[in-house]
Amino acid sequence: MSQARTLDPTRWIGAPMLQALAATLVLSVPLRVWGLQLPEPVFAMPAVFAWAVIRPSVLAPFGVLIMGLAMDLLWGGALGFWALNLLIAYGVLLAGRSMMAGQSHTILWIWYGVVAGIAVLSGYLLVMLDDRTMPSLVSVAWQYGWTVLLFPFAYRLIDMYEDADVRFR
Amino acid sequence: MSFRDSQFGELKVPLTWTAAVALIVAAVVAVALLLTDRREAFRPETYGEARSTADRVLAPVGSALSAPVRWTGAGVEAVRGYFFAVSENRRLKAELREMRQWRDVALALKNENGRFRSLLGLKTDPPIPMVAARVVSDARGPFADTRVANAGVEAGVAAGNPVLSEYGLVGRVIGVTKGASRVLMLTDAASRTPVMIDRTNARAILSGDGGPNPRLDYLRGQDPVREGDRVLSSGDGGLMPRGLPVGYAVKGLDGRWRVALSSDKGPIDFVRVLLFQDFTQTVDQHQLDRLPTPPPTPGAASVTVPPSAPPTAGQTAAPKPAAVTLSPKPQPTKPEAAKSEAAKPAPSSPAAKPAASKPAAVTVSPKPQSTKPEAAKSEAAKPAPSSPAAKPAASKPAAAAAKPATKQTTGTKPHAPPKARPASPPAAEEPPV
Repeated sequence: MSQARTLDPTRWIGAPMLQALAATLVLSVPLRVWGLQLPEPVFAMPAVFAWAVIRPSVLAPFGVLIMGLAMDLLWGGALGFWALNLLIAYGVLLAGRSMMAGQSHTILWIWYGVVAGIAVLSGYLLVMLDDRTMPSLVSVAWQYGWTVLLFPFAYRLIDMYEDADVRFR
Repeated sequence: MSFRDSQFGELKVPLTWTAAVALIVAAVVAVALLLTDRREAFRPETYGEARSTADRVLAPVGSALSAPVRWTGAGVEAVRGYFFAVSENRRLKAELREMRQWRDVALALKNENGRFRSLLGLKTDPPIPMVAARVVSDARGPFADTRVANAGVEAGVAAGNPVLSEYGLVGRVIGVTKGASRVLMLTDAASRTPVMIDRTNARAILSGDGGPNPRLDYLRGQDPVREGDRVLSSGDGGLMPRGLPVGYAVKGLDGRWRVALSSDKGPIDFVRVLLFQDFTQTVDQHQLDRLPTPPPTPGAASVTVPPSAPPTAGQTAAPKPAAVTLSPKPQPTKPEAAKSEAAKPAPSSPAAKPAASKPAAVTVSPKPQSTKPEAAKSEAAKPAPSSPAAKPAASKPAAAAAKPATKQTTGTKPHAPPKARPASPPAAEEPPV
């Protein structure tokens, strides 16, 4: 009989998903500070990164899908756009998971930056294909930079659940 | 007996592979949704029920979330108003003095425009009704730039309606539901807006790219734009009224012409949705199709012209009346041009149109004339829109004015009246109904 401790999906998938969506919703408030608009980071990216690092899961890809679709509905983008970008990032993470597991904080942050870059790059290419225009690189870099700064949230989630399932340590 | 204690409890599923299969299934769903998405079609049926429901839910939630922001802003404004009341009063008095001069000029120009319109027989656009709304949600990323405004179908808002802030054009309504409408900003990568340069009347397409300054694509003409030129909506294609303020031309870091949007001067918190209808929506196509077929030209069937015979004066006059009446340069345009020349004290060169110059005196000078009378003049004087200075949209009224002469004799279907949408004052200045 397996002695492995199972994770409660509502805790390590459901709660971070709701938190990411709530943060996205709060930051969509029309507010200018000294004439400048607030940044719009991809709050879903830390959750996507942490889910892939903690352990492979059947539910996590569907969590990513739901989160991406909710972001598309909230931001008014093409439906499926962020869902696909985040799933691509999750796929890359899943493929390279054996390299990431147990790495230091700094290495994980670099990994996180690379994967966030892949998500943004895929979004860039999708917009080029769909709208036949090149999005502004400055705007893309602005969003990417703020997204990379969210890594501490991902690390905290990893720290909370990394040892929860000993089979995937 | 629990599942773990049964014989299947030891069954090991390769979790990484099942996760990969789940990932592929989710990706297929996402790709299918992405391929079927048509958010930029500006049609209610393509917007989708999911989006409509999401917007309907988002409107009150966003309104509640942005309430503290509004209260804070109002509090800051109140404090600022208290402490800076004297300087504000001084500034407002100076502004009032200047505005009084402009009021006199505007009244004189209004009178003059009215006379020109009656002389030219122009059909002007009726005032466009508008709806005020508050922005409750704001997406400003590089891949999607939209707003949610709290006015929906119950207020008469429809997909495609232009949206203005107090400073200028903001975008167009992309989807509408009960109590909310989604506005596609000019900066969104999917946004394409026909615009014109006020100084030269050069046409361009304003293409958003997710950045703060959308590009001016497909610029036509020689030296069509200069730094600081005003950019207005051209109204081409009937998507939105002509003359809505869009912004100012600037040279981008990439060397391309871009537009510094007028709406960026302040926060886009309150907007006005113009309930504008394209002429293809207002015209009754069935009524046009029901028009009776005109009778044939008298004598056309009985008179035959031998191909080799040299034409005589009597033969050419009878069978070819259309050759005379179908000419795109009918004689009535000459007196109109003459009238406009007589009424025009100064030649209408592009340089004679300053964007915003202070009137030197209260008397009416040709300097601060708006573009509209000049557009009307050039419409009559330039029926063929071949030169860059000619206005394709503005040439329609002249064609409409020439139609009555040709309609009866040629028997062509009168498509001109619905197309006759001459230049009108910016809808932003028109009173709401």
